[in-house]
Amino acid sequence: MNVLTALLLFGAAALLAWPTGRYLARVYAGERTWLHFLTPLERGFYRLAGLDPAQAMTLGQYVRALLAVNAVWLLWGLGILLVQHRLPFWNPDHIPAMELTQALHTAVSFLTSTNAQHYSGETGASYFAQLAVFTFLQFVSAGTSLAVGVAVVRALGRAEKLTTVGNFYQDLVRSCLLVLLPLSFVFSVGLLLTGVPMTFEGAGTYTSLEGVAGTVARGPVAAMLSIKELGSNGGGFFGPNCAHPFETPNFAAFVLHHLLVMLLPMAFVFMVGFYLKRMRLALLIFGVMTAGLFLLLVPAVLAELHGNPVLSALGIDAGAGNLEGKEIRFGVFHTAYYNALNMAIPAGTLVGAQDSFTSLTGAPFMLLMQIDAFFGGLGTGFLNFFIYLIIAAFVASLMVGRSPELLGKKIEAPEMQAATLVAVAQPVVVLACTALAAWVWATTPSAATTLKWLPNPGAHGFSAMLYEFVSAAAGNGSGYESLGDNTPFWNLVPGLAMLSGRFVPLLGALFIAARLQAKAYTEPGAGAIRLDSLTFGVLLLVVIGILGALLFFPALTLGPLAEYFGGK
Amino acid sequence: MKSFLQPILVSVLLLLVFGFGFPGLLWGVAQLLPQRAAGSPVVAGGRVVGFERIGQKFTQARYFWGRPSAVDYNAAITGASNAGPNNPDFHAVVRARLDTFLLQNPGVAKAQVPAEVVTASASGIDPDLSPAAAYVQVARVARARHLPAARVQQLVTQHIEQPWLGFMGPAHVSVLRLNLALDALR
Repeated sequence: MNVLTALLLFGAAALLAWPTGRYLARVYAGERTWLHFLTPLERGFYRLAGLDPAQAMTLGQYVRALLAVNAVWLLWGLGILLVQHRLPFWNPDHIPAMELTQALHTAVSFLTSTNAQHYSGETGASYFAQLAVFTFLQFVSAGTSLAVGVAVVRALGRAEKLTTVGNFYQDLVRSCLLVLLPLSFVFSVGLLLTGVPMTFEGAGTYTSLEGVAGTVARGPVAAMLSIKELGSNGGGFFGPNCAHPFETPNFAAFVLHHLLVMLLPMAFVFMVGFYLKRMRLALLIFGVMTAGLFLLLVPAVLAELHGNPVLSALGIDAGAGNLEGKEIRFGVFHTAYYNALNMAIPAGTLVGAQDSFTSLTGAPFMLLMQIDAFFGGLGTGFLNFFIYLIIAAFVASLMVGRSPELLGKKIEAPEMQAATLVAVAQPVVVLACTALAAWVWATTPSAATTLKWLPNPGAHGFSAMLYEFVSAAAGNGSGYESLGDNTPFWNLVPGLAMLSGRFVPLLGALFIAARLQAKAYTEPGAGAIRLDSLTFGVLLLVVIGILGALLFFPALTLGPLAEYFGGK
Repeated sequence: MKSFLQPILVSVLLLLVFGFGFPGLLWGVAQLLPQRAAGSPVVAGGRVVGFERIGQKFTQARYFWGRPSAVDYNAAITGASNAGPNNPDFHAVVRARLDTFLLQNPGVAKAQVPAEVVTASASGIDPDLSPAAAYVQVARVARARHLPAARVQQLVTQHIEQPWLGFMGPAHVSVLRLNLALDALR
C-alpha cells in the first residue's frame, strides 16, 4: 500500500505538471492563457514601475538588473530582521531582534532560495518578518530562478543569431504574477481546508486535561507553506518544518505538500518540450531525472524501514522501522520517501529529523543534494542539468569524432570552460569549507565545550558539518539540526557557500546560453549525436554520476560510510 | 538615475503584492474557516483543553500517553532530539525509557513495546499513536480507572483513524481525542 501510494502521488504530480508545463510555455511566449484575467495585473505592474517589457536586454544588462534587485532584497531583509522588535504591528508575541550574523545568514539564506534557518520560527521571527521578509523573498527568489531558467530555454530555442536575451523584469514579473501567485493561492486555500492555521492573534493557550497550562505558537502559516514548496525554497514557519502538526496536520496535507514540491520542477521540463517543440528531448530528460532520483531514493527508504539495529537489539517491537525523529501520521516509509524527494528538489521541507536517520541514508541524501539536477530546484535544477547536458554532448561528440554541438549550435572552448567551472565550483566550495570547519573544530577547544558544535560524536559529527555545506551550496537549507549552528562561524561561512551555490550556476548557465545563441545555426547532418536517443540518455546519467558523485565520494566515506561500517 | 531607481521601484511593488497583499487575501479567505484558521482549539467543559493536532503531555496512569518528546511537549519551542543513530547518550535514553515503561505497565512484555513509545517524535508534539502503541497501554489505564479492560480496548478501537481515502498513510489514534472520550465515559 505504501509503495502504491508513493507511485500514485509521483504519477499525480507528473500528470498535473503536464498542463502546467504547457501553461508555462504559453506564458513565456506571451500567448493568451486561460488565466488571461491576470494580464491587466501584469500590464498595470509595468505601468506603475515605468517599465517597457518589450525592451530586450543584452546579457550584461540582464545580469546587472538581476543583481541590482537582489541587492535591494538583501538589504531589505537584513534591515527588517535587525529591527523586527521595533515594528508597530504583526509581532504579537514580542519577538526580539536577530543578532547581526544570524540576520545576515537568514537574509542571504532566503535571498538565495536556500532557506537554511539558524533561528526557530516560534521564537526567532515576528509575523512581520515571516511575511514581509521570508514569504516575500520566497516569491521573488523563486521568480528569479524561473526567470533565468526561462531565459536560458529561450536562448536555446532561437535559430537566428541574436545578442539580446530578453527583458529580466518581464521574466521576473511574469514568473511571480502569472505562475507563482495563482498556484500558491489555490494550494494555500487547500492547506487551510486541511487545518493549517492562518491567524495574526499570536500564541494560543490551553489547560491540559491534567490541569497544566500550555502555550501553542501559531501564526499566518498557510500564507507561507505553498510558496516555500512551489519555489523550492523550504523555510518552515516553525522549527521542525513540515513535521510540525500545524504545517502538516494530516495525510491530506501531506499529499498537498508532495504535489507542491514536485509540481514546478517537473512542469519546467515539460515546458522545455513545449517551448522548444522538442517533446522527445523533454521526455528523455524527464526519464533520466526520474531514473537518477529513484536510484538514490530507494536505498534510503529501505535503510529506514530496516531500522536502527541498536534499537532492534533491545528486544522491543521495532518492526515499524526507525521512528526516532519521525511522526506517526506519516510513518517511516512516507517520511523517508518525502525527505528523499526534498533532497532531490532543494526545498528541504522535511517531515522528519534528518539527524536521526540511520547512518547509511546520509550518503544517498547528500548525493541527491550535491547533484541537484534530478529535477532539482525550480529553474535552477534545469540549469544544472543543462551544464551536464553540454558536458555529455561534448564527450559524446568526441567519442564519435565530430565537432561538438548542442541543438545546432557549436560548443567551443569558452562554453566548455564555463560549463566545467560551474560543474566543479560547487564540490570545491563544499569540500574546502568542510575542511576549514574540521580544522577549526580540531584546533578550537571552545567549539566542543561552550559552543557545542557537534552533540553527536564521531563520524556522525563530521556528516553534520559536511551536510550543512552541501545543503547551503545546493540551496536546500535543511540540516542535521544537532549542529550548534547559531554561531558567527556557522552563520558566515555557509553564507558564502550559499551565495556561490546560487549565483555561479545561475549566471554561468545564462552566459553559456547567450553565447550559443549568438552563433549561426547549422542543420545537424547525418551521424550527428541524437540528444533524444536512449544511448545518449544513458551516457548523460553516467556523466552526471561521474561529475556529481565521484568528486564527492571521498568525503562521504569519512561521514555516512564510516559511521555505517564503524558503527559509531 | 532612472536605471538606479528601477530595481527599487520594482521591489517595492513586488513587496506590496507578495509581502502584504497575498497574506492579506489569504487571511480574508481564512475568515470563512475561523475554527481552522485559529489552529482548531478543542473546548471541553467550557475551557480550551488543547488543540486538535497539537500533542500534549500526559503523565497520569489514567490517561493514554503520547510519545516521548525532546521538548517536553512545549508547543512554543517545538523540535526533535536530533540524536544520531549511533550516539551512546541516545541509546542510554532509550533504555531508560524502556525500563520506565515496563515498570509503569506491569504485565507488558518487552516484545510488545512498539519502538515509538521509546523514541522521540520529529516535532516534539506528535499528537498521535499507532493502534499498537495505544493497545499496549489499555491494561494500565483500565486498572487506574477501575474499568473492564474490554471496555477501554473497545474505546481505542473506536478511535482508530483509518488511512486517508482508505489506503493512504498509516492508521493512527489521536491521544487527546481518546483521553477526552475516556473522561466522558462516566
